Amino acid sequence: MGYPHKSHPRETALLSKYFGDVEARTLDGWKKRGGYKGLEQALQMEPSAIVDVVKNSGLRGRGGAGFPTGIKWSFMKPGDGKPHYLCCNADESEPGTFKDREIMRWTPHALIEGCAVGAYAIGAETAYIYVRGEFTEPIQRLNDALAEAYAAGILGKNAMGSGKKIDVYVHKGAGAYICGEETALMNSLEGKRGNPRIKPPFPAVSGLFGQPTTINNVETLAAVPHILVNGAEWYKAMSLSNPKSMGTKLFSVCGNISRPGNYEIVMGFPFKDFLYDLCGGPLPGRKFKAIIPGGSSVPIQTMEEAEATLMDYEGFVAQGTMLGSGGVIVFDDQQSIPRQVARLARFYAHESCAQCTQCREGTAWTTKILERIVAGQGTFEDLDTLLELAEAMTGKTICVLSDSCAAPVVSGIAKFRHEFEALITGKRSSTVALKPAATPVAVA
Amino acid sequence: MADTLVNLTIEGRPVSVPAGTTLLEAAKTVGVLIPHYCYHPSLPVAGVCRMCLVEVEKAPKLAPACATSVAEGQVVHVHSEKALESRKGVLEFLLINHPLDCPICDQSGECELQDYTFAEGRIDSRYREPKRFNAMEDFGGDVLYVPNRCILCTRCVRFMDDVHEDAVLNVSERGDRATIGKAVDADLTQPWAGNVVDLCPVGALLSKDFLNKARAWELDRTASVCPGCSQGCNISIETRDNAVMRFKPRGNDAVNQFFMCDEGRLDYRWLNRLDRLEQPMVGGAAVDWDVALAAAATALAGKRAHVAASPSLSNETLFLLKRLITKTGGAGYITVEQGSEAPLPGVKDLSLRADRAANATGAELLGFARASNAVAAIKSGDVLIVADSELDGVSSAEIAKADAVIVIGTVLPKGAPTNAIILPIATFAEEEGTFTNLRGRVQRFLQAKGTPGMTRPSWFVVSDLLTAVGEKAEYFTASAAFDALAKAEAPFSGMNYDALALKGAVVAGMLAEAK
Repeated sequence: MGYPHKSHPRETALLSKYFGDVEARTLDGWKKRGGYKGLEQALQMEPSAIVDVVKNSGLRGRGGAGFPTGIKWSFMKPGDGKPHYLCCNADESEPGTFKDREIMRWTPHALIEGCAVGAYAIGAETAYIYVRGEFTEPIQRLNDALAEAYAAGILGKNAMGSGKKIDVYVHKGAGAYICGEETALMNSLEGKRGNPRIKPPFPAVSGLFGQPTTINNVETLAAVPHILVNGAEWYKAMSLSNPKSMGTKLFSVCGNISRPGNYEIVMGFPFKDFLYDLCGGPLPGRKFKAIIPGGSSVPIQTMEEAEATLMDYEGFVAQGTMLGSGGVIVFDDQQSIPRQVARLARFYAHESCAQCTQCREGTAWTTKILERIVAGQGTFEDLDTLLELAEAMTGKTICVLSDSCAAPVVSGIAKFRHEFEALITGKRSSTVALKPAATPVAVA
Repeated sequence: MADTLVNLTIEGRPVSVPAGTTLLEAAKTVGVLIPHYCYHPSLPVAGVCRMCLVEVEKAPKLAPACATSVAEGQVVHVHSEKALESRKGVLEFLLINHPLDCPICDQSGECELQDYTFAEGRIDSRYREPKRFNAMEDFGGDVLYVPNRCILCTRCVRFMDDVHEDAVLNVSERGDRATIGKAVDADLTQPWAGNVVDLCPVGALLSKDFLNKARAWELDRTASVCPGCSQGCNISIETRDNAVMRFKPRGNDAVNQFFMCDEGRLDYRWLNRLDRLEQPMVGGAAVDWDVALAAAATALAGKRAHVAASPSLSNETLFLLKRLITKTGGAGYITVEQGSEAPLPGVKDLSLRADRAANATGAELLGFARASNAVAAIKSGDVLIVADSELDGVSSAEIAKADAVIVIGTVLPKGAPTNAIILPIATFAEEEGTFTNLRGRVQRFLQAKGTPGMTRPSWFVVSDLLTAVGEKAEYFTASAAFDALAKAEAPFSGMNYDALALKGAVVAGMLAEAK
């Protein structure tokens, strides 16, 4: 549902059905709403059978990369004699994204159930939920729910009386964006500095504590019990457009829009309807100008592109961006794109882990140039430099933070170059509203 | 696994290396140096500088050569346009906050940032913003940190963490604010900490001892062996105008990898002493060499030679002294100074050894006996030969037992009688020769500086003395003296001075490493 707003009839509430429902937080309340049926069912199945169901359902990672979950699970070789680990990535540090927060706040048992099923399916006895430190309320909810689940024998040495051992731990991060990157998350969980690791080896070979590990997003894991209860075919059928994107997806909407919040829709929903109908369109008297549809790391869309988009993995790519984490950031005609891009770059410069040269120096340099342009001190050469820096920062580092900083710069300059030029020539100050581009330039 | 060979092509050259080898190491085998900063063969791979990105055909992205294993049939381009462009980008990024203070930087001339920028970098900078500034920090010990020059390769962090196993350094802060941090209340006074200065590819970590002393290009470098203990770390003696400026470790996987301890590193000033014995003397008067040698021969005629030798003399000199002892029916002793052991935990069998002498093993193999007082066993009427040894703890009564005293040395030992016959010799840095380390590895050292005054190489002086007492010992090079040693002494048999080269060879029957 569009929490904190009322559910919109065109939403398909699967994960968000009980957002705002205080009783759903408790074990009893959750059970009354059909909770832990998926786990009960899973514990009677062979782990490989669970992996097959998830594979067949077509569920893809909801954290940003969209990797098929069942295939990821199948990388965990059973019977290799090593301890396996499941990590739930609840760091949700991507600017503009706050869907996992609501899942953990309102339905902590949904996540715990998903973790237990996932752990069992990949042959792990231990699952860690890595939650960002700022999420004080979700951490409290998760811990309360964990205590209830342990007391009821759902978790522990004999999970739900199955004789199987499943432990779930909540780990509180210390608030670094990079700890949402899966290998940095594992380092942080091990008590080390949260620096991304070089891949290969991939986590399924050598992950947490050097053991085979799978990392899944909160929303991904929370969807798994539903798939087990209702079947792979049921989940697969939820697709409005591309057959490779199925199920429901939560979108966090923020920025200059009438009803910001979380919305759950079936994959392939038209973005135009989503923005104008579900989210109520722009604020009175304003017009949308640009959208970052998948968290701050994806390219900016013009409204023409956004309105032609179908909301699934392929649909966003077709319109020059990515689904990402589903964090929709909306800019209206009062906003200056250069200023917004500068703000994003500053975030990445602040959060760069400082390992790779291109990222450590490139993000900071990019920020300095952008802030100089915004301050009216830019030159036309600066735009060329920015694009060349973006090129030098893309595809060359251990993780993609550097690429993420470059993406909005490249798309911002490509699609809203006139705004940058207006600041350089002194025709506009960054705080004054600017006209949208007459003919948007397509980004390569 | 190590036996399987993988075939690939690097820069058009066919390469066959064991599976698991990295591209960077594989390239070295065919003479291709892939530029890099954070990679170091003695440290765990970090893969952070991104300088070693190379183009691998059919791979979607450039690959870090330090962290990519070889694969069958790979075609690798190190100097392709894409790889060069990427390196140019890295160099520009590294330089934006790096001060262009090469003229006052000690690293200048041996700086990898300078070298690669000169070779492959941009000619200008596009950076128009103010550079980041952080104040210099004294890291304690011999180490000074200049954060502005730091490129955060983390070699120093990994050395302290993984090799020294005392994780006092870290990367503090994030983004471009990051610097190398030091644990509170921990100074870099660990016995091997000075190696971080060598590991630093730029001028961010400097030796306080060497600070502003010389420019790298003014230094002459000579392969040698550290005489500080029986480990025998391979070093380079770096001199300027005939004065030793510093010791640097020289790579030898069998002995010290790329490291040396601070005690050995900083103990070089005695090589620049000015109070040297510079001319032969008899009865307190300066004489010519032939006069002094004749006087020594006369003193020795019909007498036993009691030799108190330094355990840091070369194998060659000790061998010739042994012949003198045999000829006269005398005896030879060494006194080995003791100190505390200080192992480098991350490297097998590398330690600052308790025996603080370069060649105690060689001396013992040649029959010199250890004694806390090398003169104690002297018999009345012996001729005491003090061969570069101190006379600490030796009483004047013991010295008085000697019929005559011959000093073969670099300086006059305290307690030597004023009428001693003095034969001045060169230090190890002024001559050639070999030392035998505690694992029996015989290693050559070369001449790094000239001899002062009338001093002569020690092996040369003892050969002359042998000849003067009627023993045929005409050696005109250290090499000839060593070859005679190899012929005469079983432990050294089969060795050849030239074949020792710069890595050395192990004496028969001794293990190269501890079990």
